[in-house]
Amino acid sequence: MSAYRCPVCDYVYEEARGEPREGFPAGTVWSHVPDDWTCPDCGVREKIDFEETA
Amino acid sequence: MDWVDGKRYLWLLGLVVPLYPYLAWGLVEVTGSGLFWWSALVIVFGLIPLLDQWIGVDSDNPPDSVLAWLEQDRYYRWCTYAYLPLQYGSLFLAGWLWTRGGLSVPDKLGLALTVGTVGGFGINTAHELGHKKDSLERWLSKIALAQTGYGHFYIEHNRGHHVRVATPEDPASSRFGESFWRFLPRSVAGSLRSGWELEAKRLDRLGRKPWTLRNDVINAWAMTVVLFGVLVALFGPGVLPYLLIQAVFGFSLLEVVNYLEHYGLLRQRTGTGRYERCAARHSWNSNNIASNVFLYHLQRHSDHHANPTRRYQALRHFEEAPQLPSGYATMIVIACVPPLWRKVMDPRVLAHYEGDLTLANVR
Repeated sequence: MSAYRCPVCDYVYEEARGEPREGFPAGTVWSHVPDDWTCPDCGVREKIDFEETA
Repeated sequence: MDWVDGKRYLWLLGLVVPLYPYLAWGLVEVTGSGLFWWSALVIVFGLIPLLDQWIGVDSDNPPDSVLAWLEQDRYYRWCTYAYLPLQYGSLFLAGWLWTRGGLSVPDKLGLALTVGTVGGFGINTAHELGHKKDSLERWLSKIALAQTGYGHFYIEHNRGHHVRVATPEDPASSRFGESFWRFLPRSVAGSLRSGWELEAKRLDRLGRKPWTLRNDVINAWAMTVVLFGVLVALFGPGVLPYLLIQAVFGFSLLEVVNYLEHYGLLRQRTGTGRYERCAARHSWNSNNIASNVFLYHLQRHSDHHANPTRRYQALRHFEEAPQLPSGYATMIVIACVPPLWRKVMDPRVLAHYEGDLTLANVR
């Protein structure tokens, strides 16, 4: 599974862990996260700005 | 390390605000004059603006190499944590003073505005704490907001304002030609609605209804209900009108600061129809030392919007950011007098857009 990093604050969305508080249970793949979802830590960048990390 | 933080110990002065009600009480006792119940207003609207003029500005930036070290120094966060016990101590002191007898109604009103000032600056402390990733700091942020009933700010500011800043969709970004008195109800109502909708949307993704204590807007408001309930239980229902007055005054102080942070500034649409990313040019900044010390560098607002999780002591001055003619404390006084505000600020917005108002956020 992949992970995606917010370029501003280094928050990382890991598909394996999901983000249950935001309504994305563990295993929610990135393509199921809505495009207008903003970084839950800084609120500056939206999903489409996130960068895939190893 | 060669760089020394010139403001390191000045940050402690931020605690003068929540200590002030105790001092006002002492001054009343010593002088016998009830006027001192009102004296926080003189400090905020008179003394701090004067200090802004006298002390001047400081555009000193910590070098990039010390930012990480500066942020991890826990001393700075204790300066903000310490605000809370003093803030709530002063509110309970006020509850006792309002109801023990001996104060006239004008005395009680003055005390309500003095305590409301502490609550308003408390929203600024909550702002600093609420942007952090640490769950303790986020929790402290909600507690600091309880005094003014502004718990929804914790959600709306981070997930609403920061996303839509400097666009017509943001209730907390003021428009060119919009007076503070027109902005105030629009921002209060719009921010409340937006905070609620953001939480309702999150809970909907979780398959839940919004009417639950998991809703961060509801649980933050519940803190206010419990707080006011305890104060009424201790001191009687006589405290309620003053609690209400201090809360409205406190959040209005926050809103007047909201008003001046982005006045007239607009992010342009890009080819794809989205708004361009928030940049230094979308916030009004100031380097006046006095206001910066009492507001935890809030005036280095462009860096704050670029890096919202960055701690206050590490925020930097940007040369390309639009600058206010004076500190926020001076500008809030001007904002309360709309013709004066427009005389001071409209030419600055015009100059920023080189005379092309189609580029501004216009009412």
